[in-house]
Order: sequence, then C-alpha cells, then structure tokens
Amino acid sequence: RHKIFFVAVIQSEVPPLFVIEFLHRVVDTFQDYFGVCSEVMIKDNVVVVYEVLEEMLDNGFPLATESNILKELIKPPTILRTVVNTITGSTNVGDQLPTGQLSVVPWRRTGVKYTNNEAYFDVVEEIDAIIDKSGSTITAEIQGVIDACVKLTGMPDLTLSFMNPRLLDDVSFHPCVRFKRWESERILSFIPPDGNFRLLSYHVSAQNLVAIPVYVKHNISFRDSSSLGRFEITVGPKQTMGKTIEGVMVTSQMPKGVLNMTLTPSQGTHVFDPVTKLLSWDVGKINPQKLPSLKGSVSLQAGTSKPDENPTINLQFKIQQLAISGLKVNRLDMYGEKYKPFKGIKYMTKAGKFQVRT
Amino acid sequence: MIAKGRNASELFPAVVKNVASKNIEIKKLVYVYLMRYAEEQQDLALLSISTFQRALKDPNQLIRASALRVLSSIRVPIIVPIMMLAIKEASSDLSPYVRKNAAHAIQKLLDPEQKEMLIEVIEKLLKDRSTLVAGSVVMAFEEVCPDRIDLIHKNYRKLCNLLVDVEEWGQVVIIHMLTRYARTQFVSPWKDDEMVEEYSENNFYESDDEKKEKDRKVKNTYTMDPDHRLLLRNTKPLLQSRNAAVVMAVAQLYWHLAPKSEAGIVSKSLVRLLRSNREVQYIVLQNIATMSIQRKGMFEPYLKSFYVRSTDPTMIKTLKLEILTNLANEANISTLLREFQTYVKSQDKQFAAATIQAIGRCATNITEVTDTCLNGLVCLLSNRDEIVVAESVVVIKKLLQTQPAHHGEIIKHMAKLLDNITVPVARASILWLIGEYCERVPKIAPDVLRKTAKSFINEDDLVKLQILNLGAKLYLTNSKQTKLLTQYVLNLGKYDQSYDIRDRTRFIRQLIVPNEKSGALSKYAKKIFLAQKPAPLLESPFKDRDHFQLGTLSHTLNSRATGYLELSDWPEVAPDPSVRNVDVAESAKEWTGILGKMKKEKTEKFYSESEEEEDESASASASGRKNLQNLFFIAESESSSESEEEDEEGNSDESSGSSSSTEESSDSESDNKASTTKKTSRAADESDAENIKQNEKRTSEKRSASSSSDTESVSSEEGSSDSKSDSDSKSDSESGKSKSAASNKKEEKAVQDRKAPNKDVFLLDLDDFCPVTTPVVVPTAAVLSPSLTADLEGLSLSSSSVIDVTKPVSVPTKTHELLHRMSGKGLAAHYHFSRQPGIFGDRMVSVQVTIKNTTDQKIENIHIEEKKLPSGMRMHEFTPIECLEPAGSITVSMGIDFCDSTQMASFQLCTKDDRFNVNIQPPVGELLLPVTMSEKDFKKEQGMLTGMNETSATIAVAPQNSTRLVIIERVMKAANLGVVPSGQDNIHRFAAKTVHSGSLMLVTVELKENSTAQLVINTEKTVIGSVLLRELKPVLSQG
Repeated sequence: RHKIFFVAVIQSEVPPLFVIEFLHRVVDTFQDYFGVCSEVMIKDNVVVVYEVLEEMLDNGFPLATESNILKELIKPPTILRTVVNTITGSTNVGDQLPTGQLSVVPWRRTGVKYTNNEAYFDVVEEIDAIIDKSGSTITAEIQGVIDACVKLTGMPDLTLSFMNPRLLDDVSFHPCVRFKRWESERILSFIPPDGNFRLLSYHVSAQNLVAIPVYVKHNISFRDSSSLGRFEITVGPKQTMGKTIEGVMVTSQMPKGVLNMTLTPSQGTHVFDPVTKLLSWDVGKINPQKLPSLKGSVSLQAGTSKPDENPTINLQFKIQQLAISGLKVNRLDMYGEKYKPFKGIKYMTKAGKFQVRT
Repeated sequence: MIAKGRNASELFPAVVKNVASKNIEIKKLVYVYLMRYAEEQQDLALLSISTFQRALKDPNQLIRASALRVLSSIRVPIIVPIMMLAIKEASSDLSPYVRKNAAHAIQKLLDPEQKEMLIEVIEKLLKDRSTLVAGSVVMAFEEVCPDRIDLIHKNYRKLCNLLVDVEEWGQVVIIHMLTRYARTQFVSPWKDDEMVEEYSENNFYESDDEKKEKDRKVKNTYTMDPDHRLLLRNTKPLLQSRNAAVVMAVAQLYWHLAPKSEAGIVSKSLVRLLRSNREVQYIVLQNIATMSIQRKGMFEPYLKSFYVRSTDPTMIKTLKLEILTNLANEANISTLLREFQTYVKSQDKQFAAATIQAIGRCATNITEVTDTCLNGLVCLLSNRDEIVVAESVVVIKKLLQTQPAHHGEIIKHMAKLLDNITVPVARASILWLIGEYCERVPKIAPDVLRKTAKSFINEDDLVKLQILNLGAKLYLTNSKQTKLLTQYVLNLGKYDQSYDIRDRTRFIRQLIVPNEKSGALSKYAKKIFLAQKPAPLLESPFKDRDHFQLGTLSHTLNSRATGYLELSDWPEVAPDPSVRNVDVAESAKEWTGILGKMKKEKTEKFYSESEEEEDESASASASGRKNLQNLFFIAESESSSESEEEDEEGNSDESSGSSSSTEESSDSESDNKASTTKKTSRAADESDAENIKQNEKRTSEKRSASSSSDTESVSSEEGSSDSKSDSDSKSDSESGKSKSAASNKKEEKAVQDRKAPNKDVFLLDLDDFCPVTTPVVVPTAAVLSPSLTADLEGLSLSSSSVIDVTKPVSVPTKTHELLHRMSGKGLAAHYHFSRQPGIFGDRMVSVQVTIKNTTDQKIENIHIEEKKLPSGMRMHEFTPIECLEPAGSITVSMGIDFCDSTQMASFQLCTKDDRFNVNIQPPVGELLLPVTMSEKDFKKEQGMLTGMNETSATIAVAPQNSTRLVIIERVMKAANLGVVPSGQDNIHRFAAKTVHSGSLMLVTVELKENSTAQLVINTEKTVIGSVLLRELKPVLSQG
C-alpha cells in the first residue's frame, strides 16, 4: 500500500488472511498516527514505529490493535508535543494505566472529555457496475459504509435506526455494535470508540435493481487501413433524483498500439500519457443542459494492426446528499449521558468500480 | 541502529544499565534492544533480570505485563525456571491484561522439559472467563499441546459462548481450534445428509433436522450433538465481523462442520470480502474456488459478483474465471458464455487464453453447449492474436476428442490454419488431430504431411514428434501415397539433435516398416497407433486442494506448510459428550473466585435462576441480557442432554405435540422448548408469568401437492384432538425452485404481550436453525402469526403498539396471463404478484413478469412502451431484455403503484419489431402488505375504524373450511394479509396495510354456529374494503 511493501515472515502454518489482515491493520495504525504512511514518514518516526509494533505484536501474535488503546499507550506525535518535549525533556509515552484494557468496552478509553459534543455519520455508497457496449447493465451492486466521527464525552450509548433497514442485505460491523439488537430489531446499538471509525459496511442485495445515475455514450473506432481512429465520449446524468453529479473523472487504458491522441473536451481537462497509454479526463460537474463530451482522433502506431478490443472506460463520480440505495437514517439516540450532542448525517454516492465496456 | 541492521551488541552493557531507567520510553527501547541481543550476551543479560523481577511486582499492570513480555523474550536457558515462576504468578494475576501476556509467554517458553508445567498453566488459564485471555491462551494451547484435546472438553461451552466477545485475532485462533476439536468429537452431519436426500422423497414437508430426529428413532443413527449445534450458532454472528480473517475462519468452520444445507450461509459473507484489498480477494477467491467445485449451489446466486473487471490484476482475473467455470451449469451457461466472449477480447492475453480454456471446460462439462462452444472457438481461430488462436486450437483438440463424431470440417479448417500458426503447442495439436482422424480427411492429411516434412528441420521438438506420429499413422492407413514421405521424415528424424526424436524415429521405424525381422509387433502396429484414445478430462486445477483445510496457508500454497495439522476425519462414534458437562456450581464459584466481578456474579445468579426454574427479576441492561444469553445456551445444552428438565417456565402446560405420523419423543419437545421459549419478567411478581405468552411456530414448506395435503390432514387431526392447539403448517407448493430444505424452512416467532403489567419482555433470540423444528403445540397461548422472515426476528415489545410490516407468507401464487403466445407472435408473458415489499419504492407493488419465447428465433430488445396509466399511477419498468433465446424464458420484476385502486395498468410490451398491448389488473388482495400486530393493537385499531369504515357480511362456510388452518390458508391465498394472533379459537384476525397509502386493513372472520361466519373488514379505504369483502366471500364459502 502507498508504494510500500509490508512483509510479514511466518514460519509455520498460519491462516494467510490473518497475516494480511494484520498488516493492513498496521498500516491503518500508522496512518492514524502520522497522517500518511510513506517511506519518509517511517524513517522519521522509527522510534514510534518500533514502539507501536512492539505493542501490536507479541511473539507473532497480535496484541493490541485498537487505535484507541494504542494511542493511550503511546501518544501520537504532534508538532506541538515535539517542541514541548525538546524543551522539557518529557516523553511521548503515557505514564498512566491504559484503563481501556480493563473496562468492559475495550475499544473506548475512559475519561474522554469534549466541550463540543458532536457525532457525525457519513453514509457513503459506492456503485460497482459493469455496463456493456449497448449501455445495459451487466452487474451493478451497491456497497456502502457508514463512517462515524464521534466526539462525545464520557461513555455514551448510541442507537441508530434506519428508515428502511431491510435494504441492507449483508452487513459487517465494527466490533462495538451489539449484534443481537441488530438481529432482533434492526437497530444499531453501540458504545462508540472515540474519534473516527467505520461503524458498518453493508451490501445492498444484487436482486434489487440499481439505478445507475450516469450514462456514457461512446464511439470509439479504429480503422484497419489508416493509422487514425475516432474517439468520442459523452457523459450524461440519468436518474439522479435532482442532484448534480460532481467530480466526474473518466479514465481509460488505451491499447498498446496507440501513439497519441488529439482530443478536444467541451469541458474540463484531459491528459494522455503516451508511456502508460492512460487517458484521463477530468470533467468536474455535469451540467444537464450542456453535456460534456470529448472528441478527437487517435493516432496509432503505423504498421501495427488495429487493436482487437476497444478500451474499457472507468468512471468516477460523486453525488452529494444522496444515498443511491435509498437508505436513510431515521434517528440517533443517546443514552447514558446527560448532555445533548450535536448530530449530523451526510449522504454521498460515489462510483466504485464503475466500468463501461466499449 | 538496530533498525539499520548493524550489529550493536558491543554496546550491550551500556544499554542494559538503562533498564532501570524511570523513563518509560527509554525503558521500552531497552526492552526492544534486549530482546534482540540477549541471546548473544547471556551473562550480561542476567544483570537485567533482577530489574524485571522487581518490575513484575509493580502496581501498574502495564509494567508488569511488559516486564513479563521481555523476560520471556530473553532467550537465555539459565533463566527458564525464573520465567516459569513468573508465568505461574502472572497467570493468577488480577489484571486480565497480565494474564493475557502470561499466555503469550507460555509459547515463548516452549521447552520439552517444562512442557508438563506449561500445560498445567494453560489448563488454568483456559478456565479463565476473561475474553482478553481466551484468545491468547488458545493460541498457546495450539503451540504447546495441540493434541491435548482433553483440556478443551470442560471449557468447550464456555469458549463457544465467549467467542463473540473475544477480540478478533483471538477469534480466528479459537475458531480454528474448535474446528479441529469438533471434527474429533462429533459425528459427521454429512452422512446423514445423503440419507436425508433419499428420505425427502416422501417427507418434503419436514425440515432437515426433524428428519434427523426421526432417523435417530428409526435407524438410531444421528442427531446433531447439542454442543455441535451450539458451536455453529455462536459462530454465525461472526460472519459479520469486519475482520476478513475471522469471516474466513467461520467460513471454513461451516464448511468443515456444518451440515451441507447450512453451509450456504457463509457464501454471502465471503462474497462481501471480495470488496476488500486484492490480497484478501486473492485468498478468498482461492477458497471459494475450492468450495465451488464441491458444492456448486452455494455460490450460484452470486455468480455476477465474480464477473471480471478489466482493472483486476491477472491473478484475480484467472481465479474469478476459475470460479465462474465451476459454477457453470445448464441454466446459466448462456449468460456465462456471453460474458466469456467479452473476456476473450481482453487486452490481457494471458487472461484471454485462460478464458478459452474455461470455455473448453464448460463445454465438456455441459454437453448441451458443446456445439455452441465449438463454433465459438472456431470463430476465434480467425483471431489475429497468436496466443488466442493457439489456445483455442488446443482446446478444440480436446473437445473434438471427446466427441469425434463428425467434425471433419473443423479439422480441414484447422489444417488450413497450420500455415499461419507458429506456436508449437498449437501446431502439434493440429498435427495430432489430423493424424488421429486422418481417415476422415483422406485428401488433406498427406498434403499436410508433405508441407510439414518440408519444414521439419525448423520445427520445435514437440511438433517434430507429432510429424513423426502423423507420418506413421498415415503410413498405416494410406501407405501408397505417403510411403516415401514418411520415410523421408523418418530419415530426417534419425539425425535430429534431440535424442527423444531419434528414439522415437527408431521406434516407429521398427514398428511400421516391414522388414524381415519385424515379427509380431508390426502386425499390431495399426492397432497401436490408431487405438481409440480416451478423451482427456478437463479438470479444475483446484480439484486436489480440498484435502487441505480451507483458509490455511497450506491451502493457499497447495502444499503442506510446516505445522499444518490435518483435520481428522469424523469419528464413527461420537465420544462421550458428557465430558463437556461442566460442573456448573463449581465452575461458577471458581469464576467469581478468580474475578470477583459484578458481571460474573450476575451470571451466577442467572444461572441458578434458570436452574431452579423460577422467574426472577432480571436486569434489563444490555450486559445482563448478554449474560442471559450465554446462560441460556448453557441451559439449553444442559437440558437437551438431560432431556426432561425443561418443562418449566411458567407456562408449564404440558407440551404435547407431534407433527406427523411418526411420534416425537418427549425429549425432542423439551429440547425445542428450551431453545425457543424463554422469558424473564422484571417484576418479581410470579403471577405475571401467566400473562406473558410467547409462542413459536414454524411453517415448513412443502413442494408437492400430495405432501401438502398430507400435512394438512395431519394437522387438522391434531386440531380436532386438541381443540386448543394452534400449530400450523403452511403449505407452499409454489417454491419449486427452493434451494435446500433448510433454507426453505421458515421460522417465525410471534410474541404477545397481553396484559403485561411490566413493560419489558425480552425475547431471547432464537437461531435460524434450531435443532428441532417440530411445530410446537403450546395449548394455552393461542398466538400465531406467520411471517416469512428468513432471518429470525426476536421482537422486543414495549407497551406501545409496534406494528411492523412483515414479509408475507408465500402461498401458491396465482399466475395471470399477460400476453398469450398466439396473440404475441410466439412471445408469451405471464405475471404474478411476488408479495415482496416493493423494491422500487415503498408504494409499488412488485410484479414478477415471466417472458417466454416460444418461437424458434431470438426475440430481441423486449421492453415497455406507451404506458397508459390512470392518473396517479406510476410504474417502474424492468430493464429491457436484450435478447431472448428460442424456448428461453426470463423473469423480470417491475413495480407498479396502483394507487390503491383496482384499475388496470396498460402498457405496450415491445420487441424489436412488434408491439403488443397488454394490461395488468391487480386483484385487490395484492394491493396489501401484511403487518403483524398483537391482538390488543388490533382491537384498538378496530375500535377506531367503525361506522362508515366497517363493512361486514355473513356467509355460509363450507364445513371443511371451518378449521383454523384452512381458513388462514384460504384467506392468505386470496389476499396478502398478515395473521394476527387471536385469543379465541373461533375468531380469526388478519391485518394488512395498503401499499400506496399505508392505511390499515383489518379483517376479522368469526365462525358461528351452524357453519356460518361473520366477515368484518375495517378500513379507511372503504372501496377496497368492500371489494375485498366481495372477494373473500366465495373463498370461504366454497368447498
């Protein structure tokens, strides 16, 4: 990940997913600690990295992987603290007990205090789809996650209920969610960890029809004789429920034979990298009145025969304030604490692996 | 410095001194340093030991733990006794964190001499109740003494129950351990499955487990051990873990342990995992590939999830392809092949080649499509890409071999291709084909030989060998034309560089060229060369992987990794299950003794409560509930082994019941009860118990009409013998395509809270697959409400009325004709109302349209046009069907918002060149969505809907319709209503709401004397109410 290879060495039979999952968790933790996970960063923070790894792994068995607890054991470095440390000579390492290990809720530390109590939930849905030549959908699935950012004092106990929980076909939870409640009432009941976390990820059943919010018209042809081909793409919205489609980005891996492309977009900018043969076109917002299009010609390597397959087009887009599956959060209640938190919910739909075959 | 890999050992003394430092950061780094270098500088390391020993007594649990960790990491043999001592001490530490570390330390101390003592410690730690410790100690157990299964016995149930709360890494280890354990301790559920299959001929309507019960009676073979069941049930929630490793572990557990019918539930979760990083994808796909070979059905519904994206890396593409191939069957092959066509064009040539092989495999596996595949492959021969062509040649060769009947044309075509193809394997294949079938292509074969003889010298070895073969075969069949050529080739071969070819040449020469010495052999030459060759089997490379445990490293590498433990086979006879019976009182004491925590005390209390079978006050807190849950499981398993015990629980009316002709033993009954009914009322008032009833009812589905009538008679018999009973069996002959018996089995559970002075009734969740699914008869509680929740729903009712839209009961669906095939020029369409909550919108009624092509041509582009809908009505079209093969049929679903009216929805069904006017008119019963509510709520709502809103009629009821069962069945058939539990036996209540406006629709059927009945409908929508009344009347009065 992030152009760094993380390697684990094993000596004997271990479930491979166990190892992979752990490595991913390590990277997540690093990211959590340092913001990015890059080579430079790891070099800069060798000491902390050492300490973290030491805490996470003991004799080849994962020990503490919840970032909440780790943070209590080892304080993440901040600029401020390094400055203070150099002056006072104090350390990054927490002196006090990590109470979290003892409490009933291993993912939350005790004694959290905020002046502004807030809980934000982002419902992000991604559409994975394969659209074939003629524009009909071969597969389309919706995968969604609810990311939460909870900054609440004390030990709040939250319940989150949905307007239409039946939509959720397959869900996986953060360990904090009480499974039985979900089974019986379709309500998410949990004591949240502190800070950012992924509350649940779900899958909307493939049986339901997925409304594809975007269509792509394309006309790509290579001629056998000449070394020129035509290239034309138009992107337009469809069934967006009145929301605008933003951040549209079209990428396409051209066949090897393509030398260069001369294209003119009606909107946005496009780049063609002649080495990797990757065409990317940053469209931006789609204006339904004036559909963005990209037209031009493709020059092929002379002498080679025309590529036998048209390139597939990958599409990225974002629609704010819309969950394409129709999932809606009904209400969020808090028990266990006195104050009234500020609650916010944001919806977003994104393209996941959205491919158009041409 | 260590990080840079340089040897820093010369600094050892200086560093070690720092060990006593107060600064924790330095301390930690010193620890790291020590772990790395202690082995080299043993004497000096000893200096630090005393510091650690002091640290072990530190009041801070963290310091204790880390000291122990470092201490155990110092690999100095002299201090082993010290370590042993430290571990022992730590294992009885107050803090679970320290105990956890002790468990870790055990593995590090692995040393043959200490083993006995270590096992003692492990035994002690296994008894620990803390979830933190459980994972680590099992890990240690696996490392130290994986064969000491006897240690697990006593802790088995505890581990199962704790499993959900253990941290995720521990879960993985525990699940793997339990899998092995279960394999040695329980009898295989699979053997029985096979038997069940035979059985099911007669007994469709019974659920799997019931049959097992029966089998035990009849053949004394198998019942699933309650502990086995417990394990399966407790691991199921873990399928929803966010950790891929946990999900995989559960998946393998189900794969290896669960009855075949239940293993299917893991597939959904596995498919979900495919969304994550590609490494995870890779491994999951591998495992799916193995599974899909053996049990196709498991992943069939998810076929589309395995479609390949062009951005996938090649390894994942090929794996997906592999799975697609495994899943291919008659039904989905056409879609698959179309998908494959796209893949073949892929830019990734390696993948394209793999696709061709996949097509080949599909073709051999499914005979119907062999010709199609072959034609497709032949088309591919004209592809410009060499690898693709070569691959298709090879595959065609294999295909032709399987059915050599009449493919002379193809062979000729391929012979022509020979000039252009350069890939040796392909050339060799063509030559082989020509040689093999040279009799069928007598003209071409010698010509080919001539050509190849010319280029013999430049060919690849493989091709040369085939040329020789071809020559030999031709010589035998057609010696006149080819004698000289063959000899020429043989001469060339004689002086070839490769000894292989020289040998072959010699061998062939001796065989075929007649000379004086050639004796018996040459006579048989023809036989030898032209013997019928058996067709090769195209097999999946994953075929041989199944002997490895799924999800293990060995499985991934397809070779044995060190430390791989073979899963043992199922034992013939189950070992004594009583070893797992923990002496409850003792262990409870022990837990509290160790931990002295509130929680545990609570557990104990709960325990005793259920033991004594009293209703005691129960805290409504979540943790309390959790404990209760655990407890309940224990209680259940306990009771099932001791059978009679569970006839308690306040509603201790005798549970009589038998579902069918074979009697169920009373022990199965109590088992059932134990697993399903359980209640706690908060107030200590014992009499409350009487007021809270819960009942449980299942509908077992049946497929055939004969069996349905069978049950009906049985249950009506029951009804007459025990007039208060309300067991119900719902017949369902419609779902012919039902996948497996278990998934068909719908369970439902209704709760009624009648007077309930206290407000909290917690229903314990009941698992989907309960060991016994006999329809239970609980006489007094006249509660029932069928709903088709595949997931089990435990409802928690408060005093406020909860009205839920439940899924409808499947009843035999009536199919209506949309378009007759005569008027539709061969295009026929039928529709039925699927009774699912509208998927296109809350107000839509979903309609399943089955379109069938009865012509002998493809019908293309079927879609909907020119909707003529009354105002307010809306319609969600199905996606256009691109093309429908002859005799093919396709089912699409669409949603129509009828606005709660029975007006027709007219539209045009269009094909590429025709359009037909069709219309859908909904029966009023389909405009409803069933709701469940309690009787109380029903009455309350009914009270609000009187006067204008009430319509009623008195009807004569045919005598055979007077039982509860029949009435419910008939009403459900006519309209999509939900049954409301009713307290009186002669009054039946149904509730629903209209799809569009959501107004309630309450139906009451009251049976009177002399076979009449009062039918009352209360609703705001009076029009629909009266129409419904009209429709229901004949339903009930008819015989």
